[in-house]
Amino acid sequence: MAPVAPRSGDAIFANVERVNAELFTLTYGAIVRQLLTDLEEVEEVNKQLDEMGYNIGVRLIDEFLAKSNVSRCVDFKETAEVIAKVGFKMFLGITATVTNWDADGTSCSLVLEDNPLVDFVELPDTCQGLYYCNILSGVIRGGLEMVSMKTEVTWLRDMLRGDDAYELQVKLLKQVPEEYPYKDDE
Amino acid sequence: MIGVGKIKQYTNVLEKPINKGKQEVSLSAFAFLFSELVQYNQTHVDNIAELERRLEDAGYAVGARVLELLCHREKLCHISWAGFESLSFPSHVWIRLFVETAIEGNRRETRLLGILSFVHSTVWKVLFGKVADSLEKGTEHEDEYMISEKELLVNRFISIPKDMGTFNCGAFVAGIVRGVLDSAGFPAVVTAHFVPVEGQQRPRTTILIKFAEEVLQREARLG
Repeated sequence: MAPVAPRSGDAIFANVERVNAELFTLTYGAIVRQLLTDLEEVEEVNKQLDEMGYNIGVRLIDEFLAKSNVSRCVDFKETAEVIAKVGFKMFLGITATVTNWDADGTSCSLVLEDNPLVDFVELPDTCQGLYYCNILSGVIRGGLEMVSMKTEVTWLRDMLRGDDAYELQVKLLKQVPEEYPYKDDE
Repeated sequence: MIGVGKIKQYTNVLEKPINKGKQEVSLSAFAFLFSELVQYNQTHVDNIAELERRLEDAGYAVGARVLELLCHREKLCHISWAGFESLSFPSHVWIRLFVETAIEGNRRETRLLGILSFVHSTVWKVLFGKVADSLEKGTEHEDEYMISEKELLVNRFISIPKDMGTFNCGAFVAGIVRGVLDSAGFPAVVTAHFVPVEGQQRPRTTILIKFAEEVLQREARLG
């Protein structure tokens, strides 16, 4: 069977079932609020959001690969482009831009202009250290780990903290070759 | 790229304009997020009643905000509609229509059936994309009403293991309804139940609303 050509993010988004972004936004707000009440420490909440994002990412990658038909990415640059143009579009309905590549092509920035997670949100003074959208960094980390890339994802700019956009830095730490669970000579 | 516009910075979140609410995300994004909410709460509780209560509390917060958002938006929609329609009228008539319709859009629901149909139609339409399947009055008690849905959006990708008995993730939606009703001045106890339906593999979900005594008394007074 001839391989199916990869579909653009817009085409996939038009074909998946969609829900109102506000339900999504308000549910995420409820989650963050619950975490803040339970854990109280802002650092703990950041870690927990990252964990939750990781759990989502390891399952999300399956759906992503199934629906988008992308072929294996040649290098990390292509990976970042695919995440920004196809990934974000098909799940959140937004597009990100990839900028700030470093010299050896292992680290880049994903810039999000608008973000459905943060509608109606303002950080109070007591939570200034909170990375409200930290779940996104976990999702990217989890998803990439399932395709054999160990990465580190950090927030460079955060609109809730007064910057003008959301900027995620994705750094490729190493590519882990896939391990076969069975020995060759069995 | 030259000339790319800079996003306008709002110092205060209250100054930011509220968008029309037409933005969408994929269902799977919401489903993943909801499953994480349930999983997180599962590790922090000892029993099922506690889990349902926590989901309901999360939903309550959503419901209270949904009501505010919808009421604010409804007012705006009414104003813009009146403004458009009245262009052909002389200006003093236009102003009167504008004011009258603006007030009408702002009117609070004070009657039981009014708020129930608001939840059943408007709230459901905004949150889940369709009106709820049915709205019924309970036959056994005066203060009970039921909103039924063949398959709740939140339950679509969830299966309950046998040892969790009657647990229903629809408790989140029950919380949303309770949040809306409470903020609108109709305190109630709202719960979610599975109702098996003949011929259908998955049971139907019913949101049972039991209004507080004061709501019924007020309703009786208003005739």
